[in-house]
Amino acid sequence: MSGDFINLLADLKEEEVLKLTKERLDAKEDPLKILDDAREGMSIVGKRFAGGEYFLPELVFSGELLAQVTNLVKPHLTGEGVQQKKIGKVIIATVAGDIHDIGLNIVDFMLDVNGFEVTNMGVDVPVEKIVKAVKEIKAPVLGLSGFLTPAFDAMKETVEALEKEGLRKGLKIMIGGGQMDDEVCKYAKADAYGKDAMAAVALTKKWYGVE
Amino acid sequence: MEKQWSEMTWQERREERFKKWLTPAAPISPAMEKLYKERLTRMIKAIKMEIPDRVPMHLAANSFVAYNNGHTLYDVLYDYSLIKPDWIKFLEDYEQDSADAPGFFAARVYELLDYKVNAWPGHGLPKTSTMHNFVEKEYMQADEYDLFMKDPFDFGLRKFTPRTWGAFAPLANIPSLSSYSGLPERLMMMCQDPNFKKLFKAIMEASDENVKYQKVMMECAQESLKRGFPPLMGGVMLAPFDTVADMLRGTSGVVKDMFRQPEKLLESLEIIADNSIKSTVGMVNMARSPIVFVPMHKGADSFMSVPQFEKFYWPTFRKLILGVVNEGCVPMMIIDGSYNEARLKIISELPKSCVIWTMEKTDMALSKKILGNSACIAGNVTAAMLYTQTPEKIKEYAKWLIETCAPGGGYILALGSGIDKCDPKNLHAVVEAGLEYGYYK
Ligand code: B12
Repeated sequence: MSGDFINLLADLKEEEVLKLTKERLDAKEDPLKILDDAREGMSIVGKRFAGGEYFLPELVFSGELLAQVTNLVKPHLTGEGVQQKKIGKVIIATVAGDIHDIGLNIVDFMLDVNGFEVTNMGVDVPVEKIVKAVKEIKAPVLGLSGFLTPAFDAMKETVEALEKEGLRKGLKIMIGGGQMDDEVCKYAKADAYGKDAMAAVALTKKWYGVE
Repeated sequence: MEKQWSEMTWQERREERFKKWLTPAAPISPAMEKLYKERLTRMIKAIKMEIPDRVPMHLAANSFVAYNNGHTLYDVLYDYSLIKPDWIKFLEDYEQDSADAPGFFAARVYELLDYKVNAWPGHGLPKTSTMHNFVEKEYMQADEYDLFMKDPFDFGLRKFTPRTWGAFAPLANIPSLSSYSGLPERLMMMCQDPNFKKLFKAIMEASDENVKYQKVMMECAQESLKRGFPPLMGGVMLAPFDTVADMLRGTSGVVKDMFRQPEKLLESLEIIADNSIKSTVGMVNMARSPIVFVPMHKGADSFMSVPQFEKFYWPTFRKLILGVVNEGCVPMMIIDGSYNEARLKIISELPKSCVIWTMEKTDMALSKKILGNSACIAGNVTAAMLYTQTPEKIKEYAKWLIETCAPGGGYILALGSGIDKCDPKNLHAVVEAGLEYGYYK
C-alpha cells in the first residue's frame, strides 16, 4: 500500500491519493507512517523538478495534495509525533518592498524535501524582522529572494543591518530571484547567488558540509 | 478602383495602417515631420525585416521618467502638473525612434473608485516605493468558469468588477441585466438604491478627476509629436493563458485548474482569444499606430514545461496573434523571463515578419539564430544591468547586441523590462551605443 501511495502522490493522482489515505486511516494504519510516505512522495516530486521533468504547476499541485493528506491525517495523530530528523535550519524571505513569492516557495519546497528545516518568512519582509529571526532562530544560512530592481537595495540594507548587529559572522547569505545575479550579490555583500532552487539546495548543502 | 478591406491580404492591410501611422496625428513643423518619418521608417523597416539606415531604438522607461527629473513615483501619481516637465526632459535627454506618453496613472481616480488590484506609493505602499504593485488574487473562483464562458458580460458586471473595484461593490447584489428587455426599469430601480447613489457619485467624481489626468497625457503625447517622435502603442492585449493566470485565477489558481479542470480552462482560453481579437482590433482602429503591446508572463521557462506550453499557452495565443495580424495589426511581445530553444522554435513558426519579440533575459544569440528568419527581435538590456553596471560595460553589451542581432535587419535596440531608478548615464550608454554602432554600412 505504502509504495502505491508514494508513487500516486509523486504522479499527482489527486483522487487516488485521497482515497488511499482514507483507506489507510480506516485500516488503522499508523498516521505517522502515512505522513512519512507523503514526505517520500514529495521528495520524488522534488527530484523530478530538479531533473526538469516537473515544473511549477506540478510543484504547486503537489503542495496542494500534501496539504489535503495532512488535513486528513491530522485528527488521527495522537501525542507529539516524532519530528523527522533534519540536517539543519535555513531562513528564507523575500525582501522588503517585493511581493514575488513563487520562486521563494519553490526554494522552500526544494530545501524542505532535501532535509532542511526551513523558516519561510514570506514576502515583503522588513529588515528588522529578518534580523530578529536570524537572532532567534539561529540558522547559519539565510536565503534572500527578490525579483525587482528595488530589491537590490533592500538586500543590501538587510545584509548591512545584520553586520551592524554583529550577526554576519558565521552566517552564510545566498540571494536569488528574477533580476538577481552575481553583480547584485557583490553589490548586496551576500555570499553567493543561486540561479534556481537546485542551486539554493547545493549552496546550503555545501555550507552545511553535507553531500 | 481601390481594393476593399475585405479583399486585402494581411500585408496590404498592414500597409494601410503603416500609411496612417506615417502621417502625424496633428500638424507639426516640416523639419519635425521629416524626423518623424525618418524614425518611423526605421521602425517599420525593422518590423518588416528589411535593412533600415540604423538599428531603431525604443526605451520604455516607466517610473524612471520621474526619477530622471528629480521626482518620485509618488510625486507624479498625485501631482499631475509634474508629469509634463518630467516627460519633456526625458524626451530631450534620450534619442529614440518612438515615444508615446508616460505610463503613469491617476492615483486619485483609483482611490475614488477603490481599485483593489493595484497598490502604489501612498496607497498600500510606502511613499518611497518606485513601482506600483499588482495584487494577484483569485478574482474568479474555481467554479465560475461556466458562468465566465456562458456570459462574460454578466461575469464582468456582477463578479469581477465588484471584486476588483470597491466602489462597484453594489453590483454584486443586482439581478442579471443580461436580457434584451426590461433594462430601463432595472436601471431606474438601481438609481433608487442609496448604495447606487453613492456609486454614481463616485463615478462622477472619478471621471472629473480623470479628465484632468487625460489632459496631461494628451499634452505629453503632443510634446512627443512636436519633437518628431512617432507614437508606438496602438493597443494592448494579453495571451489568453496570461489573462486567466494574471487577472482571473492567479498563478496558483490556474495551475490547479491545469490538473483538475483542464477542459474548462482550455475552452475559456478559446473564448478569451476570440473576444480579445475583436477588442484589440477595435482599439487599434482608433489609434495611430498598429502596434499592439503584449506583456507575456506565465508561459516562460520557469513557469511551465514545453508540453504544457504547447497545450495551454501557445495554441490560443497563436490564434489571437494571427487574428489581429490578419487585420493589419503588429503585435509586439515582451517576453518576461526567458525562452529556451524549444519555445523559440515553437514561436518561430508564425508567418514571416508579422510580429516583434522583445526579450527580457532570453539568450539573444540563440534568439537571432532561431527567430532570425521569422520575425523582428528586440531587447534585452536588462534592468539589473542598468542598475548595477557602469556605462562602459553597458555600452559594450549594447554593442554586442547590435553586432549579434542587427545583421540582415530585424532588430530593435530596447530594454528588457521597465525601469525605475538607475544612473541616467547608464541609459545614455544604451543610446550612445545605438548611435555609434547601429548604422548599417
Ligand atoms: C509572476 C510575476 C509577478 C507576479 C508575482 C506573483 C507571485 N505571487 O510571486 C505579480 C503579477 C504579482 C507581479 C507583480 C509585480 N511585478 Co512581477 N514578475 C513576475 C514574473 C513574470 C515572473 C517571476 C516568477 O515568479 N517567476 C517564476 C520563478 C519560479 O522563476 P525563477 O525566477 O526562475 O525562479 C527560480 C529563481 O528565482 C530561484 N530563486 C528565487 N528566490 C531565490 C532565493 C535564493 C536564496 C536562491 C538561491 C534562489 C532563488 O529559484 C527559483 C526556482 O527555481 C517576472 C519576470 C521575470 N523575469 O522574473 C516579473 C518581474 C519580476 N516583475 C516585475 C514588475 C515590475 C512587477 C511589478 C512592479 C509590476 C506591477 N506594476 O504590478 C509588481 C511588483 C510587485 C512587488 N512589489 O513585488 C519586473 C521587475 C522589473 C524591475 N525593473 O525590477 C519583472 C522582471 C517583469 C518585467 N520584465 O518587467 N509579478
